[in-house]
Amino acid sequence: MAVQTTNSFVRSSLLEALPAPSSRRGAVAWVKENLLATPKDTILTVLALAFLLWSVPAAVDWLFVKAVWTGADRSACATVVQGGLQPDGWSGACWAFVDAKFQQFMFGRYPLDERWRPILVGVAFVALLVPILIPSVPRKGLNAILLFGIFPIVAFFLLYGGLGLEVVETPLWGGLMVTLILSFVGIAVSLPLGILLALGRRSNMPVIKLFCVVFIEVIRGIPLITVLFMASVMLPLFLPSGWTVDKLLRALIGVAIFASAYMAEVIRGGLQAIPKGQFEGADSLGLGYWQKMRLIVMPQAIKLVIPGIVNTFIGLFKDTSLVSIIGMFDLLGIVRLNFTDTTWATAVTPLTGLIFAGFVFWIFCFGMSRYSGFMERHLDTGHKK
Amino acid sequence: MAIQSTNAPVSSWNMRSLIYDPKFRSYFFQAITILLLVAIVWWIADNTIENLQRSNTASGFQFLSSRAGFDIGQSLIGYSSDATYGRALLVGLLNTLLVAVTGIITATIIGFVVGIGRLSHNWLIAKLCTVYVEVFRNIPPLLVIFFWYSGVLAVLPQPRESLALPFSMFLNNRGLAFPKPIFGDGFWLVSVALLIGIVAAMFVTRWAHQRQDRTGQQFPSIWASIALILGLPALTFLAIGSPLTFDYPVAGRFNLTGGSVIGPEFASLYLALSFYTAAFIAEIVRAGILGVSKGQTEASAALGLKPAKITRLVVVPQAMRIIIPPLTSQYLNLTKNSSLAIAIGFADLVAVGGTILNQTGQAIEVVAIWMIVYLSLSILTSIFMNWFNARMALVER
Repeated sequence: MAVQTTNSFVRSSLLEALPAPSSRRGAVAWVKENLLATPKDTILTVLALAFLLWSVPAAVDWLFVKAVWTGADRSACATVVQGGLQPDGWSGACWAFVDAKFQQFMFGRYPLDERWRPILVGVAFVALLVPILIPSVPRKGLNAILLFGIFPIVAFFLLYGGLGLEVVETPLWGGLMVTLILSFVGIAVSLPLGILLALGRRSNMPVIKLFCVVFIEVIRGIPLITVLFMASVMLPLFLPSGWTVDKLLRALIGVAIFASAYMAEVIRGGLQAIPKGQFEGADSLGLGYWQKMRLIVMPQAIKLVIPGIVNTFIGLFKDTSLVSIIGMFDLLGIVRLNFTDTTWATAVTPLTGLIFAGFVFWIFCFGMSRYSGFMERHLDTGHKK
Repeated sequence: MAIQSTNAPVSSWNMRSLIYDPKFRSYFFQAITILLLVAIVWWIADNTIENLQRSNTASGFQFLSSRAGFDIGQSLIGYSSDATYGRALLVGLLNTLLVAVTGIITATIIGFVVGIGRLSHNWLIAKLCTVYVEVFRNIPPLLVIFFWYSGVLAVLPQPRESLALPFSMFLNNRGLAFPKPIFGDGFWLVSVALLIGIVAAMFVTRWAHQRQDRTGQQFPSIWASIALILGLPALTFLAIGSPLTFDYPVAGRFNLTGGSVIGPEFASLYLALSFYTAAFIAEIVRAGILGVSKGQTEASAALGLKPAKITRLVVVPQAMRIIIPPLTSQYLNLTKNSSLAIAIGFADLVAVGGTILNQTGQAIEVVAIWMIVYLSLSILTSIFMNWFNARMALVER
């Protein structure tokens, strides 16, 4: 009762916490902590800033400011000495070249009147691919059948011709179209083949195991370019005279075989991570070998190695650029072919074309790696220890 | 009843039970596989023999001793167009090894720097390293090679307007010319001294370790090793009267004469493979360092170790265990990617083999040589890295 609540010098409420001192918050503190923490950090920051100041303005200047955006031929991108319009000492990106050749970069020498066909295939591909990539969209099974079963057949007739459409021979195909076809077929073939090879490598049957081990290790031990050489030089030798295999098909076989061996090793990693109890549990339920693999083991194993599978896809996508060495014109091949085009050959054309091709490849690969990261988080059921 | 039940399987021993017998099924499938393989190989061999007979191509490796007739730009051993195909392939193999070894060394250094840089507390450095990794990991190596070859190195000046660098080096679009060392009499003594220095340094390091284990006293073994490895050859060199002269490149009217030249083909392949593989190595290094649990760092800090020593003695040895296996496959990838040399005309094994294949049509033999060489390189690298891995691995009771 002695408590005198009316005393004016006793606080009735708590004070609000003061904000942190100015050296501990805001931009100043961030700079102090992240850029100038120690003398060594300060030196590194200064060096990095010097590098950025040296490289970024020059790159922006070359890529955008001094770049040529419109023009009809090489004179737009050549200096006066080289027979063009630009002042001496000029150097900049020649986007007019990319603009003029864009259609060719996409479709190669596919006939102009028929280009609606690859465009239609591309639209159908995107329309089927996007829903399969978004986890919340239902009917994945139907979607997969459409994408991997029906779509390739329709796409083949649309691209190649037949059934009333004019036939376009594969040597006329080129550009990004060929890159994407090679990657799609490579992915669609290498995943099932890789699963079979991985199962074969873990099989109890010595003959099948030996075959799979030798196949996987030999293919993984040699460079892709030798596999492509084998497909392009030795395949005709192996077949009876008179049989000819299309050049694109040979490259497809080479790329698919190569990717399968790598895929097999990735999937084997997943198979090895499945505890023995899962196999035994499936056995005790009376499931046969293929039921056990299809219903119990593979769904878990594939889920574990999704990052590895996507990495193999990215590798495959990048490796398709090697077909330009055996005389096919994928995106990189067609860009390089155009360096020699006299209408556009200048000192800056090669670099511009390569930067464009690099950017396209980068977009696809970076997209795939981001998507794999997203799937990894999405599928993480929290059972990890 | 008992008799009946034991007899039952015998009486019903028919096709039906055979189908469900796992052992029989296994033999059956294996027999079919063997039959199929034999049939396919037979068919292929038959077709190949027929095709070869029709095109009049002699099979076998006799072609290796006939005259090559083509020139090779860069060669580590003496070679002219009069040399044999065998020698041309040897030149190619040496060039492959040269690119692989130099590329692996450079890629490892860049990769470790960038990988550690990504973990830096310095925001700017970490972001720069991230950008580097994300750019190079996501474009094809072939494109990086072309980028260096026709984007950067082809823009260099003509030989007449060569850029003069320090130490009498010249840079132009035909490559980097540098003074060629000419070794005089008795220079082999210097190599012997270097070898002795390395062996002595190994002994000193081992002795220093044993002494530290016994007495706890430390010995500056790193400085002693450097002194032995560098000092001993230098002293020998001076003692035998400096038998080393240089052949300097001289700028002539149209071209440089004398000296040695690193061609733009080698330079672009080497730079591209180093930068491309370094991005992958950086990710491996980052994962390895993140894989060492934080408790290890904190415990060593509690023991009173300085940050530099924590990194050197606690973090790195444990991170290496995680790093080495994937690092091995990156080294193998770099070696295999060196076959992209054919795209820019650097005479590696695949490029030389491709030329021979076009000239002689000996497709099977050339491809067989490629496969044997690359498989042996893979196996040798794997054996070495497995040995290294076993040395670094956790010693468990």
